Amino acid sequence: MTYDCIIIGAGVSGSATARELSKYDLNVCVLEKGEDVCSGTSKANSAIVHAGFDAAEGSLMAKLNVEGNEMMGQLAEDLDIPFERNGSLVVCIHEEEKGGLQELYDRGIANGVKELRLLDKEELHKMEPNLADEACAALYAPTGGIICPFMLNIAMAENAAMNGVDFFFNTEAETLKRDEDGIWHIRTNNGEYKTKYVVNAAGIYSDVFHNMVADKKIHITPRRGDYCLLDKEVGNLVSKTIFPQPTKLGKGVLVSPTIHGNLIVGPTAIDIEDKEATATTAAGINDLIEKAGMHVKNLPVARKVITSFAGLRAHEDNHEFVIGEVKEAPGFIDCAGIESPGLTSSPAIGRMVAGIVCDLAKPAKKANWNGKRKGILNPSNMSVEERNELIKKEPAYGQIICRCESISEGEILDAIRRPLGARSLDGVKRRTRAGMGRCQAGFCSPRVMEIINRELGIPIEKITKSGGKSVIAPERTKAGKGGEA
Amino acid sequence: MMTYDIVIVGGGPAGLAAAVAAREAGTQSILILERDHELGGILNQCIHNGFGLHTFKEELTGPEYAYRFMKQVFDEKIEYKLNTMVMDISPDRVVTAMNKTDGMFEIKAGAVILAMGCRERPRGALNIPGYRPAGIFSAGTAQRLVNIEGYMPGREVVILGSGDIGLIMARRMTLEGAKVKVVAELLPFSGGLKRNIVQCLDDFGIPLKLSHTVVDIEGKERVSAVTIAKVGPDMKPIPGTEERYTCDTLLLSCGLIPENELSKSAGVELNPVTSGPVVNESLETSIPGVFACGNVLHVHDLVDFVSEEAKKAGENASKFVKEGEKKSDKEPIKLVATEGARYTVPCTLDTDRMDDLLTVRFRVGAVFQDSYVSVYFDDERVMHNQKRIMAPGEMEQVILQKKKLSEYPDLKTITIKIEKE
Repeated sequence: MTYDCIIIGAGVSGSATARELSKYDLNVCVLEKGEDVCSGTSKANSAIVHAGFDAAEGSLMAKLNVEGNEMMGQLAEDLDIPFERNGSLVVCIHEEEKGGLQELYDRGIANGVKELRLLDKEELHKMEPNLADEACAALYAPTGGIICPFMLNIAMAENAAMNGVDFFFNTEAETLKRDEDGIWHIRTNNGEYKTKYVVNAAGIYSDVFHNMVADKKIHITPRRGDYCLLDKEVGNLVSKTIFPQPTKLGKGVLVSPTIHGNLIVGPTAIDIEDKEATATTAAGINDLIEKAGMHVKNLPVARKVITSFAGLRAHEDNHEFVIGEVKEAPGFIDCAGIESPGLTSSPAIGRMVAGIVCDLAKPAKKANWNGKRKGILNPSNMSVEERNELIKKEPAYGQIICRCESISEGEILDAIRRPLGARSLDGVKRRTRAGMGRCQAGFCSPRVMEIINRELGIPIEKITKSGGKSVIAPERTKAGKGGEA
Repeated sequence: MMTYDIVIVGGGPAGLAAAVAAREAGTQSILILERDHELGGILNQCIHNGFGLHTFKEELTGPEYAYRFMKQVFDEKIEYKLNTMVMDISPDRVVTAMNKTDGMFEIKAGAVILAMGCRERPRGALNIPGYRPAGIFSAGTAQRLVNIEGYMPGREVVILGSGDIGLIMARRMTLEGAKVKVVAELLPFSGGLKRNIVQCLDDFGIPLKLSHTVVDIEGKERVSAVTIAKVGPDMKPIPGTEERYTCDTLLLSCGLIPENELSKSAGVELNPVTSGPVVNESLETSIPGVFACGNVLHVHDLVDFVSEEAKKAGENASKFVKEGEKKSDKEPIKLVATEGARYTVPCTLDTDRMDDLLTVRFRVGAVFQDSYVSVYFDDERVMHNQKRIMAPGEMEQVILQKKKLSEYPDLKTITIKIEKE
C-alpha cells in the first residue's frame, strides 16, 4: 500500500504533525527506530514551555515558540496532561549586565510575548526568596510554563493513533528515493514503505535525510546537555523557572521545578560529533553544580540528586528551524533543526508541517475526528471516596507498585493496555512515573516486569529497559532452570 | 475508623519482633501493615546463612530467621495485612493505608511503631557519569531477581561499593556461574562486615580495590564495560589510574538510606547523620507514642541487633498504650557522639524511664586500631574500653547502668568518643 504521508520520527515534532494530519482523510504512518515514541531528543530536555523572548526577532523559531506557548494550555486540556504556567525569570547577577535584560524584554515584545515585566531587586527576592543574594534584577515572563515532555509526546501520538495514524516501532528509515511517478520509497530494516509525501522529523538525524534529497545541504550538530534531577524534597526551592542571562551557546543552566514536583538543573551545552553519545560526563555534571549555584542559593545538587541524564539538541548551523518542502524533492517536507524551544513549539510545528502537507495533498477533513484523549488516571488527585469507588471497581488501583511515586498496578495496566501502550520498563516509567522516584526503580522493577510478562506474554528474559538489546535479566538461575541450586 | 492499640508499619524483622514483644507485654490489639505479599521483609531474599548467631545461637538463613518470628506472630494470632501500603501517618497517630480489598482506610492507633526498613542508594544519587543502559542494578534488586524471581541479571559483573549486600551478591553471582571481576570501594576501608569480605571475596579470589570508584559506564542498550579509577584523599579520581573492565552488569552497594518519607510527613524529627528518627531511651520519636526500630531508625549490619532493638520498641509501645504519655519535668540527658563516633541511638535519656541497663549503639567514622571507646558523664570519664579494631562497617555499643547514672543526679550530657589512649 502507498501511504499519503509518512513521518520519519515519533518525537514531539513527528507526533504533533501526525496528530494534526489525523484530522484529515489521509493515510498516515509514523516510522520510529526506537521501541516507543519519545525515544530521542524529545525525552531528555528541560521540560519547559518557553515564553518566547530568546529567539531572534522575525525568526521562524520566535514565531513558532510564541504560537506553541499559546496553544499549550488548550492542548494540555484536550490531551489530559498536566501543564502549569509557573512563570520564568531571567536573573541578572551582575549590576553592569542589567542592560541585557532590557534587550531581552524588547526582543520579547517584538516576538509577541505577552505580560513581560522587568523586576527590581526587591520585587525579585520577594518573589523568589532562595535566589542568590547577588541577583539584582530580572525579566519576568508569566507565560513561561512547565510540562512533562514524555506525556506531551505520548499523548499527541496516542491521540493520532486513536484517529487512525499507524505507528511502526523498531523501524529505522535507512534511505529514500522518489520514483518517476513521484512516489517516495523508504527503505527500512523492516522492508520498504511507499508514500506520496514524506515528513523528515528525524531529530538529530534530520540532516542525514535532508541531505539525501536536497542540493543545499544542512548540518546538524548534536549539542549535548547534561541534567540533574533532584528529590521532591527540594522541589519547591524555587517556584519559577530560573534562567541565567543567555550566552552564545544557549539559554544557560536553568533551575526549575518540574510539573511532577522535582527540581531540575541543567543543561550544559557541549557540541559533539556522535549522534548517539548521550553519556553524561563528570565534567558536565560538575559544571552544572557550579553554575546552578550562581543564581540559586542553598542548592543541594550533589546531595539531593536522584538521577542525572543527557540529551542531544539537534542544533542546525544557522540556529533556526528548517521547515518546508525541499524544492528539488517534491513531496519531501523538512522538519529539521528542531532544538530548544522545540518542545514548546511542537504544537505549532505540527500545525505548520501538516499545513504544508495539506496544501499539497488537498485532503478533506474527517467528520469524526476526536481531538480529546483521556490520560492515565492519577488517583492521588482523587478524594478518598472517589478512590475507594475506583478500587471497588478496579482493585488493581489499590495495589501500590512504585512506592516512591505511589503508582498503583491499575495505572501500570492502563499504560500497557492503551493505544501505543508500554512494552518496556522505560515505557511504563514514562507513562506512569513508576520507577522515576528516589529509589530509581530498585524496588518496583521486578514487579513491573512481572506485570509486563503477565499482560503482554513477553518472557521475563526478554523484557527490556527500552527495547533493542536492553534486556534486564537475560537468563534463568540454576534453580530457575529447574536444575540444582 | 478502625482502632488498634498498636499499629506497626512494616512486617520485616523489626516489625515482627516488635509485634511479638508488644504481645508478650500484654497488648492484645496489634496490627502489622506490610506492603509486600508476605511477611519477613528483605530477609526473604537473604538465602545465605549467618543469621541468628546472637539471638538463637545457631546459623540460620534469612527466611529461616524470619520464620522464627513469623511463627510467633501466627501462634499468637497477631493481626496483619499484606499487600498494604501505608500512605500517611498523622501527628495524632491516624494511619492511612490502602490495599486491593479494603481500599483506602484509616486506623486510629494508640501507638505507632515505625519499622519500614531502608532502601539502597541508586546510581543517580551517586553521580556516576556515563550511559544509562540496562544492566545497572542496586545489589538488593539483583538479589531479589536471583533469589526470589530466579533470573540472572548478567554474566560478567563489576561491583561498586563493598556494603554487605554487594559482598553477598559477589559470592551469589559467582556460585551461579557469573564472573565477578572486581569490587571497587570509594573509601579506604570496606563498609561491610569483615567476615563477609573473607567468605564472599577472598574465598573466591575476587579482588577488592579500596579507594576506587566508577568513572565511566559504556553501552547504549546494555552495559558493555565499566571503567574504574583510583581516588585521592579528596575522593576525586586520579587521572591515569583508569582500568577498564568489559562486563554486562554493574552492581551497586553504596549505602542504605532509612525510608523515612512517612516519618517526615508525620513530622518526626530526623537525625541528619543516620537519616533516621531522633529517639529517646524508649526508642520513642519526637512525636509521643510513635516509636522506631530496625533499619528505619539506623542501618544495622546484623539482624540480631534489629530484633533486640525492636523488642524494646514493642515493649515501650505497649507500656505507652497502658500508661499513657508520661511527661517528665526533668530535662533529659543528651547523648553526644564526637571524636570518631558518628552518632548514637538513642539521642536522649530519661533515667526515670530507662530499664536497669540501656544499650547505646553507635558507629565510628573511620578505622581505629588499638583505641579506646570512652564514655564521659559531663566532664568525667566513666568508661574506657580498649578495642583492638573498630570499623565503620561494624556497629559498636556501650551499656549504661541505671544504678551508675543515679550517682549523677545533675548529669546533662553523656559523650561517647574514640580515644587513642
